[in-house]
Amino acid sequence: MNSGIHFHFSLPLDGFDLEAEAEIPGRGVTALFGRSGSGKTSLLRCIAGLERPSTAYLRFNGRLWHDSESGLFVPPQQRGIGYVFQEGVLFPHLRVRENLMFGFKRTPREMQVESLQRVMDLLGLNDLLNRAPSQLSGGEKQRVAIGRALLNNPRLLLMDEPLASLDRGHKKEIIPYLECLHRSTNIPIIYVTHDPEELVRVADHLVLIEAGRLTAQGALNEMMARVDLPISRDYDAGAIISARILEHDQDFHLTLVGFDGGELTISAIDLPVGSDIRIRIHARDVSLALEPPGPTSILNILPARVMKMQAHGRGRMVIRLDIGGVPVLARITRKSQHRLGLEPGSKVYAQIKGVALLA
Amino acid sequence: MMSSSDLAALFITLKLAAVATSILLLFGTPFAWWLARTRWRFRFLLEAVVALPLVLPPTVLGFYLLVALGPQGPVGGVLEALGGHAIAFTFSGLVVGSILYSLPFVIQPLQNVFSAIDERTLEAASTLRATPLDRFFSVVLPMARPGLITAATLGFAHTIGEFGVVLMIGGNIPGETQVLSIAIYDHVESLQYAQAHWLSAFLLLFSFTVLVIVYRMNQPRRRRGKGTPP
Repeated sequence: MNSGIHFHFSLPLDGFDLEAEAEIPGRGVTALFGRSGSGKTSLLRCIAGLERPSTAYLRFNGRLWHDSESGLFVPPQQRGIGYVFQEGVLFPHLRVRENLMFGFKRTPREMQVESLQRVMDLLGLNDLLNRAPSQLSGGEKQRVAIGRALLNNPRLLLMDEPLASLDRGHKKEIIPYLECLHRSTNIPIIYVTHDPEELVRVADHLVLIEAGRLTAQGALNEMMARVDLPISRDYDAGAIISARILEHDQDFHLTLVGFDGGELTISAIDLPVGSDIRIRIHARDVSLALEPPGPTSILNILPARVMKMQAHGRGRMVIRLDIGGVPVLARITRKSQHRLGLEPGSKVYAQIKGVALLA
Repeated sequence: MMSSSDLAALFITLKLAAVATSILLLFGTPFAWWLARTRWRFRFLLEAVVALPLVLPPTVLGFYLLVALGPQGPVGGVLEALGGHAIAFTFSGLVVGSILYSLPFVIQPLQNVFSAIDERTLEAASTLRATPLDRFFSVVLPMARPGLITAATLGFAHTIGEFGVVLMIGGNIPGETQVLSIAIYDHVESLQYAQAHWLSAFLLLFSFTVLVIVYRMNQPRRRRGKGTPP
């Protein structure tokens, strides 16, 4: 019925105003993506009820949480949310176990669906229970903070750049937990990030924010295959594709996967045949040819059609290809585009040099 | 040895310090919390008033209290009109004087420790279903523990050591308003050095013991659990 998160906030910030209005899905992981200082965190705090802008409207899956017109404001403690701060913000005077149980103890009994054991297993917290927060590493703190939010039995989980304060190693340590979380709960999550890598690993839905305005939103796959958005300029830009494992080639240590547009041979994946996976084809790994190329080291060559082209900077182009109905991005130089005479509708062969497995 | 009037002075002193400190903590804690969190633009005025006893000679404070609390004073007059009696030269008068005199020693450590609490810790608690009152008792007070101990100790110790204010508004009525510091002064005045020694030594030992206990309690708690920090 009334599913979805509908909001409208006007909040003056330093230098600009947050002026955000949107309706986003009330399930799955929605990423709020934008540069530092674009207002992502402020928007998340408005949704949590930690900010109280004078003009505000917020309805979450049929519940009205904030309506400045009628003066309705449900304070954070009555919303039943989970909030993960950038730096964890654990209670320094409580041990890990008491931190984890803080929200759980305050949850009405009939709503206590999560269990300490499950959360500890999910986040690998078994050995940390008796420690003080000051004895935890950054990554451990963040795992405890996520566990504490989950044990609050939230209707909505809000995460504010939970990995931003961590170094690369600790990021790698936590991302698998986040992916696991994604698959093992059906709590809707709003995830703030400025890191494209995190984005593609965790999000289903993407909302772009720039200087306090929401500029675009849509399903992650569609958004990542658009050529008109700033993310397509990113070094790591590239389409995300759902695929299925068809066959393993033990001799050459390769795996054959199928997607709507054809088949791809990629490095061996340690999952059974038939598994659904998400793969990513970076725009920088796709080159184009007009004729089917002769003998080449590139294993994956698929016929494609040019859909859209967009110049990025002075010398480069990002091209959106259609491979059997699936959008794929390619980045080439403007000179190549000129030489091949590419324009929307051109038939080409896409040579795919590398494919990355997402999850 | 101590005479019975010395023992009475000791008892009155401890009772006075305990009562004054309890009242200060009870009302000073929410007040200090408010001072630490408010964005009221005239907050500095209240902070200046709180700090006043730090710079004012105790006799000045005592003098004004005497005027105010006496039968002709505004407070004493109202009390008399209501059928009570003025509280100058009574134990209650001493309590009022001690509270004012020790106010900054209780409020300031509390305000400092409250100001140091990260606002986000309270926000985290609010997202975890804790109401404002719940947050105060389950997060603010435990985190402010060192400040509370310091405030209580300073308030108590400072009250025990006061002289000027007590002399002005309490007078020196043995068994009623005579406190230790004044009893010692009396002994010295009348050249009873042995008596003065007994009381002074007791006060010294008592103060030292209290401080030792407080500093021991305020030490960072020993690490619990078997894990080692990375």
